[in-house]
Amino acid sequence: MPSHDVLVIGAGLAGQRAALAAAEDGASVGILSKVHPVRSHSNAAQGGINAALNPEDSWESHAYDTVKGSDYLGDQDAIEIMCKEAPNEILTLEHLGVTFHRNEEGRLGTRAFGGASAARTYYVADITGQAILHVLYEQLMRHDEVYRYEEFFTTTLVLDDDGHVAGCVARQMRDGTMELFAAKTVILAAGGNGQIYNPTTNALICTGDGIAMAYRIGGPLMDMEMIQYHPTTLAGNGLLITEGARGEGAHLYNAQGERFMENYAPNKLELASRDVVSRAEQTEINEGRGFPDGTVALDITKVPRKRIHEALREIVNVGRDFAGVDITREPIHIKPGNHYTMGGVKTDKDGRTEIPGLYAAGEVACVSVHGGNRLGANSLLDTLVFGRRSGKHAAHHARNHQMPEPPHSHVDDEEAKLRELIGRERNGRRVSEIRTELGRTMDEHVAVFRDEGGLLEAAQTVQRLKEEAKSVAIDDKGNVFNQDLFGAIELGFMLDNAECAIVGALERKESRGAQFRTDYPERNDDEWLKHIDLTLDGDRPNVSYSEVTITQWEPEERKY
Amino acid sequence: MPDYTLKIRRFDPESGRPAYWQEFGVDLPEERSVLDAILRAKDEQDGSLSIRCSCQAAICGSCGVRINGMSRLACNTKLSEAAEDGRNGAIVVEPMGNMPVIKDLIVDMDAVHWKKVQRVVPWLLPEGDPPAREYIVDPESMIDVTQSMACIHCGACVSACLSLEVDPEFIGPAALAKAYRFVGDPRDAHTEDRLLDLAEDPHGIYDCTHCFACVEVCPKDVAPMDQIMRLRRRATADYGIKDQNNGYGHEKAFTDLIEKYGTLSEAQLLPKSYGDGSLIRAQVKPAALKELGAKFPTVIRGLTSGKVSPKTALLHHKLQDQDQIRRIYEEVESKEDRLELNLYIVGESGGEEEGATSEGGQEE
Repeated sequence: MPSHDVLVIGAGLAGQRAALAAAEDGASVGILSKVHPVRSHSNAAQGGINAALNPEDSWESHAYDTVKGSDYLGDQDAIEIMCKEAPNEILTLEHLGVTFHRNEEGRLGTRAFGGASAARTYYVADITGQAILHVLYEQLMRHDEVYRYEEFFTTTLVLDDDGHVAGCVARQMRDGTMELFAAKTVILAAGGNGQIYNPTTNALICTGDGIAMAYRIGGPLMDMEMIQYHPTTLAGNGLLITEGARGEGAHLYNAQGERFMENYAPNKLELASRDVVSRAEQTEINEGRGFPDGTVALDITKVPRKRIHEALREIVNVGRDFAGVDITREPIHIKPGNHYTMGGVKTDKDGRTEIPGLYAAGEVACVSVHGGNRLGANSLLDTLVFGRRSGKHAAHHARNHQMPEPPHSHVDDEEAKLRELIGRERNGRRVSEIRTELGRTMDEHVAVFRDEGGLLEAAQTVQRLKEEAKSVAIDDKGNVFNQDLFGAIELGFMLDNAECAIVGALERKESRGAQFRTDYPERNDDEWLKHIDLTLDGDRPNVSYSEVTITQWEPEERKY
Repeated sequence: MPDYTLKIRRFDPESGRPAYWQEFGVDLPEERSVLDAILRAKDEQDGSLSIRCSCQAAICGSCGVRINGMSRLACNTKLSEAAEDGRNGAIVVEPMGNMPVIKDLIVDMDAVHWKKVQRVVPWLLPEGDPPAREYIVDPESMIDVTQSMACIHCGACVSACLSLEVDPEFIGPAALAKAYRFVGDPRDAHTEDRLLDLAEDPHGIYDCTHCFACVEVCPKDVAPMDQIMRLRRRATADYGIKDQNNGYGHEKAFTDLIEKYGTLSEAQLLPKSYGDGSLIRAQVKPAALKELGAKFPTVIRGLTSGKVSPKTALLHHKLQDQDQIRRIYEEVESKEDRLELNLYIVGESGGEEEGATSEGGQEE
């Protein structure tokens, strides 16, 4: 039985950063991922990573912008930590080899990003996430004390009799063998749940596995209703156009050629926070000022062409390959689209969940540094800062613990479940049908604008889909790369995520950040300046509340 | 909605059957991708059809396959284009080449690609302790290595590489592009060691035959062969590395001969290559003599088959407009900096069109 002091599940930026930090502190580390680490969705982060590194900038300014961006739902103690540690994290990455953009003096250069009062976004062209992910993976290749389990699909977390985490069960995708992993601590770094929406900017792997696995063993989730719609995604397939485009000077226009952001955010215009820009676009579209395909236009031709080549090359490719548009010459049609899970597994500022020994970091977690709305270029920062903190803390925690010896029955139970699923006769719907209906339902009712009627309808649909999912059958009966099987397991994870998102959205009777209730259009600090916690009770989420931590920034009206 | 036929090469390692072809009919709009079509077939017809895929946006590098014989990403290949190049009305999809197939369209990248990446010491090796702040480096150098950083490890170049087909030990296009990412990085303190290592390896930078296949198939414009050529230029022009594989001598002989004659003198190429470009040195260097001796049967075959005659071999003719060739050499060699074409710096048209705006850079 493989056993590790620290077992990391997920090998994107949060997972790899956690693994390296834990190994640095002398822990024996295993890192499991259902894809090869460089396929992780951190790749998709294009624009950059925020840090108040310039002498004229300050962490307080970065923190204030983040608090305001979160619509005051972010926990300010955690936000302070993130913003204070940001400069060091950037320098660490630079020293490891990330090829950050330089200014003319050869020092780290920045670009502007939404919701920020200074240009503090550090970047590598528009492949920042990829560049950092690959550099961290270089370090994993270098340090063989971190044991890599690549293409291992985790099906469940395992607890000991005292409720302390004891490891997990995973299936090696290449040959179908089931393996029990013993671990003193487990760090969940399995990413967000964008695939519960259709369309989404998220990759097919973003199925909320980590969130669902923590929830199923009793870990509380927090603020699951806070789901970000990115302002600039392609209409047909939901592909992302980086906020860096607007940071570099691109404008938004409606079909009448008006630069409509002047009416919504007269100061920051296109660089208001994402919830504000997405709502503005959706309002234009809903009120008939969009294009017939339900979009508005993003005009990148404003950006000098040399700058586009060196700084926005990836979206030149995306425009050409996926929309047939040369963005250096003509505007591209975009609309708000599902992008990011602000909510997730509830953690403290060291990544600890309420289950002893279980940590979470990155998009899977809700610390919460993003509150109701995440600022662009704060997600990479979140993964790295809290990945590192989780890794360090878990390594420390492991030192005072014996290696657990979870009984083999855990594997037998999981194996029996999967055998039943593989052997099931087809008499119900296909996985793909349920998945598609789920995605459409969420995008229709749990999107930029929400109301009770729509949310109730979505809740009903998801309950029905959960029933239908119990009888899905699959075609692939084999052991080698049985992707059909993984698809069925992921569907279960996704339905849990969707149910919790809807319950949270119904519960929060106000409008804050990404949650805009047309039936409760105002922010209501008196009643709702609090987190919504969801804990599994039977087979339904039980709702409770927790305080938002406020250190120095009292809630005020949000204007951009 | 157009009706597309996919002809997919399938393999189930558990069945005991050899690989076989299977056709799937799929209705999708023409602007959708081949990956969309494969997933549609998987979702609706046969869930056991296997392909790695994730982002659907050409950034994760999972869905490298061969479509109508060309190595590429399924997610950024449009159905309409693939159908045009198809055979007998079908879009032919196969697993990538040069790597063992695990199942259907899934190949073993660890066994080939990642092993080769590991071979080039793929991490930054700076000297001493890092500075208190960032390393201060030439801004253009960071943009320069970004082209090779843009590699998503999809394996398309590995799949298409002709040298790898002949020499499976060749480090290969993707790993060598990765190597350039460190050689071109001014923060790395082991540039010369890296270049020596890659030049002296019999399967290193001189194993590339300059066929452009990797440049053609790369979905991210990394142009791996260009990175290999830059490694060679750095090794020779900057560090004067004369490798045991005679790569340096071969290149020097080649360019010298073209400068002199305009066309290649095959008879002189071999001895000049072994003499680091000199016919005399070739005859006094014991190693070169040994190599030349080993090539003797080839020479005899050339003579007996009539492919070369002693006359044409010894008296190679010059091109009539050889002056023009010389002028190209003068033009290139008179430049203070080596001319390196990098898409991130000059754009896709090689700087000709962009040159106009790149100076001012301001449009309004």
